[in-house]
Amino acid sequence: MRESIVRAHGLTKKFGDFVAVDAVDFDIVKGEAFGFLGPNGAGKTSTMKMITTVSPITAGDLTVFGLDPSTQGRSIRQRIGVVPQEDNLDLELTVAENLYVYGRYHDMTRANIRRRIEELLEFAQLTDRAKSTVDSLSGGMKRRLTIARALINDPELVILDEPTTGLDPQARHVLWDRLYRLKQQGATLIITTHYMDEAEQLCDRLVVMDKGVIAAEGSPRALIAEYAPREVVELRFEDGQQDDAVIKLDGLAHRSEILADRVLLYTDDAEATQHEMGVRGIHPGQVLVRRSTLEDVFLRLTGRRLID
Amino acid sequence: MSVLTRSMRVVEAELVVYRRTWRGTVISSFVNPILYLTAMGLFLGSFVDSTADLGIPYLTFVATGLMAATAMQAGAGEGSFPVFAGIKWRKEFHATITTPLSPADIVYGRFLWAIIRLTFILVVFALISVLFGAIEIGPALLAVPAGVLTGVAFTTTVTAFTVTRENETSLSTLFRFAITPLFLFSGTFFPVSQLPDSLQKIAYLTPLFHGVELVRKIALPGVGEPAVTSLPIWVSVAYLSVMTAIGLVLAARFLDRRLRP
Repeated sequence: MRESIVRAHGLTKKFGDFVAVDAVDFDIVKGEAFGFLGPNGAGKTSTMKMITTVSPITAGDLTVFGLDPSTQGRSIRQRIGVVPQEDNLDLELTVAENLYVYGRYHDMTRANIRRRIEELLEFAQLTDRAKSTVDSLSGGMKRRLTIARALINDPELVILDEPTTGLDPQARHVLWDRLYRLKQQGATLIITTHYMDEAEQLCDRLVVMDKGVIAAEGSPRALIAEYAPREVVELRFEDGQQDDAVIKLDGLAHRSEILADRVLLYTDDAEATQHEMGVRGIHPGQVLVRRSTLEDVFLRLTGRRLID
Repeated sequence: MSVLTRSMRVVEAELVVYRRTWRGTVISSFVNPILYLTAMGLFLGSFVDSTADLGIPYLTFVATGLMAATAMQAGAGEGSFPVFAGIKWRKEFHATITTPLSPADIVYGRFLWAIIRLTFILVVFALISVLFGAIEIGPALLAVPAGVLTGVAFTTTVTAFTVTRENETSLSTLFRFAITPLFLFSGTFFPVSQLPDSLQKIAYLTPLFHGVELVRKIALPGVGEPAVTSLPIWVSVAYLSVMTAIGLVLAARFLDRRLRP
């Protein structure tokens, strides 16, 4: 068995009466990319803050590298890198200076930092922007710099809280590529996201979180196999026609989800389902056949979509 | 890393930032004393026949008072908006505490940084006062540490206040209703003995009064009533030292609570 990096048992976080994280269990092992998938308010960030030792736990057990966050926080923080949800770079400083300051916070020597900055700028594709102030960078560049900053101390564990939220698709792909490389270099990654494609792309294993509890756990593929049939037929109807069609759907698929703007049919054989629709006289304005995703898993588990 | 090393890393970070932003602050460090000493010391002073009443020229009186008042303003400044920015605007404190540094290290580091900033500001103030002929250079420089103590007493206590605030309007309120009245009524521009008895007693309890007393007694050796009071000098030193220490402890505790809910 591989070495356990983060282990939580009955981990709970309360703010007054509000329970943000409600007795969750998970075990993250060395070298894996572990995801926390869930909508805003699911308790992902609170969980991350407890792991990074910046928020005391309310109840339960938590160890990071086998250490206790409440008493050995400093030793833990020496060995982790944190990419927060919001960029909190120093806007007045240059790209290189932002990295330098954090190297010093990690007690690195100046010579060491200089060497590391060079590597990280290359990794983050920011070498030619080393002397630019952060203010002048694009959103994607700022995000890459925040990730580079988290790597300054060569961490064994990197925690990324919604690393690509707010980025355009191209910037997201560049970032995914960097995170993939990081994983190949042997780092353990913890990633929170509400994008199912991100979780599918990056995570070896993940938990689906909702309202402070873990609703399911497994690899993306296993979760899809367990909770959703192979294919999804998405139907969009002309204005006002969805209600009439919904009555005729009974027995057409394993399961159906009626959303405000469309109907999802979960099936093992999309072609047969479409044929049967024709027989029953269901004629949607638009039909899309796709593979099941984690979004469908989430919908199944909670009855809600990941992003509203 | 020891707590001192960690605090020094915060100072180092401030220096890196300062390398980018020093121009604006340096100009105000020079221009403000010149403006104040010209307006209050020279022009207002020419109306005041002070040598008879105070035993010293009004320019001398007001320059020493302003040295302490400047320390208060700069000290309170260091404890307010930059701290609020670290928590709420730029949020860099939230990033700092994911490294081996803790919220207390940020407070201690910013305290050391305030000492450096205040020393610079007050040396400039002292030298300009010397150029105006208000004070002798030796005592003027000796009074710098007194000004620094006055300033950091405000830095730490204002930091403790700032880190508990949700809204930046609290900071302008602090300046409007605490710092400005202190500036005006603590013996900076006139001896507190001019105040009605009841207000005089209140003045004795306020921090800037002790800052002004301390600076004046050191910058003007042999000065007596009514330019200063007969209060022993150690009372003022003790007052400001205790205020600094309490502020430091509370600021560290409150910032921890704020950043690590």
